[in-house]
This record gives sequence, C-alpha cells and structure tokens, in this order.
Amino acid sequence: MRLYLKYASIIFRSQMQYKASFIMSLIGQFLTAFTVYLGVYFMFTRFPSVNDFTYTEVLLCFSLMLASFSLAECFVRGFDTFPSIISNGEFDRIMVRPRNEIFQVLATRIEFSRLGRFLQAGFMLAYAIPKSGVAWTPDRILTLIIMIIGGFFVFSGLFIIYASICFFTLEGLEFMNIFTDGAREFGKYPFSIYGDGVLKFLTYVIPLALFQYYPFLYLTGKSDRILYMFLPLIAILFLVPCLLFWRFGLRHYKSTGS
Amino acid sequence: MIELKDICKTFRVSKRNAGLKEAFKSFFRREYTCIQALDNVSFTINEGEMVGYIGPNGAGKSSTIKIMSGILTPDSGRCIINGRTPWKDRIAHVKEIGVVFGQRSQLWWDVPVIDSFELIKDIYRIDGSTYNKNLNELTELLDIGEIIRTPARQLSLGQRMRCEIAASLLHSPRILFLDEPTIGLDAVSKTAVRQFIKTINKERKTTVILTTHDMQDIEALTERIILIGKGKILLDGILDQLKKRNSTHKKLSVDYLGDGSSLSVLPDGMHLLDNLDGHAKIAVDTSILPVSNAIACLSKNMEITDISITGSTVEEMVVTLYEEFQI
Repeated sequence: MRLYLKYASIIFRSQMQYKASFIMSLIGQFLTAFTVYLGVYFMFTRFPSVNDFTYTEVLLCFSLMLASFSLAECFVRGFDTFPSIISNGEFDRIMVRPRNEIFQVLATRIEFSRLGRFLQAGFMLAYAIPKSGVAWTPDRILTLIIMIIGGFFVFSGLFIIYASICFFTLEGLEFMNIFTDGAREFGKYPFSIYGDGVLKFLTYVIPLALFQYYPFLYLTGKSDRILYMFLPLIAILFLVPCLLFWRFGLRHYKSTGS
Repeated sequence: MIELKDICKTFRVSKRNAGLKEAFKSFFRREYTCIQALDNVSFTINEGEMVGYIGPNGAGKSSTIKIMSGILTPDSGRCIINGRTPWKDRIAHVKEIGVVFGQRSQLWWDVPVIDSFELIKDIYRIDGSTYNKNLNELTELLDIGEIIRTPARQLSLGQRMRCEIAASLLHSPRILFLDEPTIGLDAVSKTAVRQFIKTINKERKTTVILTTHDMQDIEALTERIILIGKGKILLDGILDQLKKRNSTHKKLSVDYLGDGSSLSVLPDGMHLLDNLDGHAKIAVDTSILPVSNAIACLSKNMEITDISITGSTVEEMVVTLYEEFQI
C-alpha cells in the first residue's frame, strides 16, 4: 500500500508537469458526464416516469453507476489502457520487477483527471439523495455504499477481462466496451426497463444488475428482501473468474519485438 | 549458474498479402505461419562470466533474453538460473537480475531520474544503507551526479543510457542482461558504458550477458561469444580462438611513390585489393607467405612512404561466420 502511494505520487508529479492539460481533461470529464445528465433530464420533462421509476430515482441510480465507474476508471485504468502497456513494452519491464504483475499494472496508470467524473457523480448524489424520496434509514445508507463498492469491483473485473484478451490479440477488442463504457451509459436506468432477457443476462453472466437493479429496488423501497441489499457483495465474486482468466492469459504472453 | 537445455519457442504470425481486398479477407480467415524462434537452445554460463550473445536481426537473441528474465514462457525445455526456473518463480528470480533494454526506458519519463531511483528502491525493497552505497558508487562510476536531478525526457540518449544502467544495478543483481546497451550512442558514451560494464564485471563479479550488433562492444568486453542464427546455437566459443582461426588474412595498406606498375605482378599469397593514386591495399594470406616477406617483396620493387598492417576485424570475422552458416 505504501508502495502504491509512492507510485501515485510519482504519477501525480508527472501529470502535474502538464498542468493545463490536466485541468482541461478534468473539466472535460466533468462536462461529458454532465451532458448525459441533461439527456436524462429532458426525457423526464416529457415522461413523468419510466417503469415506475421517478426522475429523481433514476438520477440516483445514474449517479451511483457513475460513481462506481469513475472510481474503477481512476484506479484500474491500467487494465483499460493495457493494449498500450503491452505494445510499448512497458509490460516487459513490469515482468522483470519483483512485484505482483496485477499490482504493478494498477499502479503504473492512475488517472487523476478521471476524478472529474467522480466529482460529477458526487454532485449528482448530493442532489439526488435528499430529493429521491427515499427514507434514509441506516441500512439504506449502507446499501448505497455497498452498491458503489460492488460496482467498483465488477467494473474492475470487466477491465481485467478486457486486458487479458490482449495477451492473445495484442490489442484491445472494442466489443468489451459494451460492458464498460456501455454499461455506464445504459446503466443510468434500472436494468429492468430493457426487458427480462437483458436483466437475466446481466444477473447471471455479467453481474451488473447485482449491484445496480436489485439493491436499488431495496433502496427505493420497491422490495423489502434483505438479500438484495447484499447482492453487490456477491457480485464481487465475479473477480475470481476474471483473475483466473488473467493468469491463463499471462502464460500466453508473447511480448513484442524490440 | 545459468543453464539452458533444449529450449524451444514458436510464435504464430498472421500473414496476408497487401491490399484492401486481402485485408478484408483476412478479417474472416487468417493464415498463420509458425516461426520457430528458438530451436533446442542449450548453453551454460558460469558465475562471473561475460558473454557476448550475437546473431543477425530476428535470430532469437531477444527471445532468449526474455526467457531468461522470466518474461516469456518457452514451449519446452529447461532453464535453471540460480537454482530457479524464471517463469515459475518469477518474483524471487527477478530480484537477482538486472535487465537493460537498449531501446526501452525503465525511468519515469517526466520526473527527475533520482525520483525513479527512489521508487526502484521501494519496488526492490532495497535497504537504506545498501541503496546509498550503491547510489554513490554508481553515480561516481557513471558520472551521472550532475544529471540525476533532471527529468528523464530532457536527457540525451547517452546520459539516459548511463542512468538506465545505474537503475538496473541499484539492487546489486548477480546477473546483468544487456540488450543492445550501446545502440545509438556516440563514441564517447560507448566507451564510457563499456568501461563501466567491465568494471562491474571485474569488481562485483556480476555475470554479464550482452547482446549487440556492435562488434567493438564484443571485442572490448567479452571473452566468450555465443552465435545464434534462425533460432539455433551455431557456435559457442572463446573469442581469441575464433580470431586465431580467422586470422590467416592480414591487410596491408601501402602509400608509395611512383606509378606502382610493379604491383601488377605479385607473388603467391598476395592479392591486390585496391590501387589508386599512390595508395594500395593488399591482402596477404599468412599461411602461404609471412607478412615480413610480403613487405620485403614490396619494398624491393618500389619506394614505400607509409605502411600499416591490419588483421581481420571481429566485424569481418562475424560476417564470415554469418556467411559460413548461411544466416
């Protein structure tokens, strides 16, 4: 952990070498998320509710999704940019250092400008929490926190799968973005609105719904099954197959010529 | 110390012909060719040795280095370094090796070099006193005291390479892999780097394995060379012996007065390579005619103003070897 902070500090100092660029991308990240928010807002000016979810509830859902995604993007960015780590030979360097590869991949890319999105999510949460009409009892506050944590880990797992595929192809496969960037976009609405098939897929195959839809039902009082509250923790188990896949890929690492 | 036995590694390379249509076709059905990068590579290197690992581009030099440093897993074969298999026991293994890739940097680009060194200290868990001792010694030997406070991106290639080498030795490794360490350096930096590698090998007893295309590196540094071509070890031997084997040819460069017409008739064992404006180059086969006789023969027929004798260089020797093995 101490070493992680050292990495973070050296990356922070590097990014500060280009102050203007850093501030611009921070603002850019903030504004991108903001436009998506406008999309939600304008839709609800025409329809008062979607599938029984009110405007402020959807807003809460969206900000939760955004918060966990931007956290994952900030700290697990190394896996998202893994094709470039492989092609510029950085991964060879990682392999000759006496530390865990996953740790090093995490620590070599920390994207502080992504905190702009997190800031946006924070603002939206601050707005949506009191307006959502949810009666905030301690267990619901806990659910909210568990949801963000679960989301962070599921997105991290998806990034790891994306990176592991690179061991075989040496470049990223764009279809994986459906589940990462895509999930952030369509995850602004509770998944049930996309129909039963999608919901099942997102429950049993890619467990995005485990940290979004089900606990959200509990949060908004649409269900009182206490199990739903802890589903995001089960979703964390998704990391296990992801890490196994990573191990498998690592043995097939081909490196690139020099 | 280092033992490789029957290491094999193949790569699958996708192939397609040029053109948009072909690119489209390859999207659906790809043709692969297997390239045997390493074919039963075996050798042993003892502690404290300095070995030059040479071969043309694509011969498998880098692949071997990558297997020995635990980056690649071979298809088959055995590799034991300090009693460990690199790809199985990666973390313990890499603590004892240092690797310099001449074309890739291990320094953090935007921060002063000393910051990178500090981070490396934490990565390798080097204790404070060892780190300070190594740092002082390395900055002095490599003469980088002035530049370690400059960000790596502002250093010249020669300065950066010296910092790279220092960075790979901070944790006192027992083995140092150098993959083309002098590539693109000017003459002064090359000499400095070579001198330093020599010192490290002698004083710390660090085993050094060096790949290079610069034969002067080989000549200045290594006693033993291993030649690889098309994935096979072709030759493993002492440089001096190889030189002797190939040193039956000497080259005479002669400046003379007059028209040099006598050069048109030369005795057996002498062969005119070049003759222009009072300057001639003559090859002498010493197995037929000793050099002294050749000079005597020349000076008898013409007035010589200057003469120099060169043996065949390592460069030429390697070209001969490449031709001999058809690689």
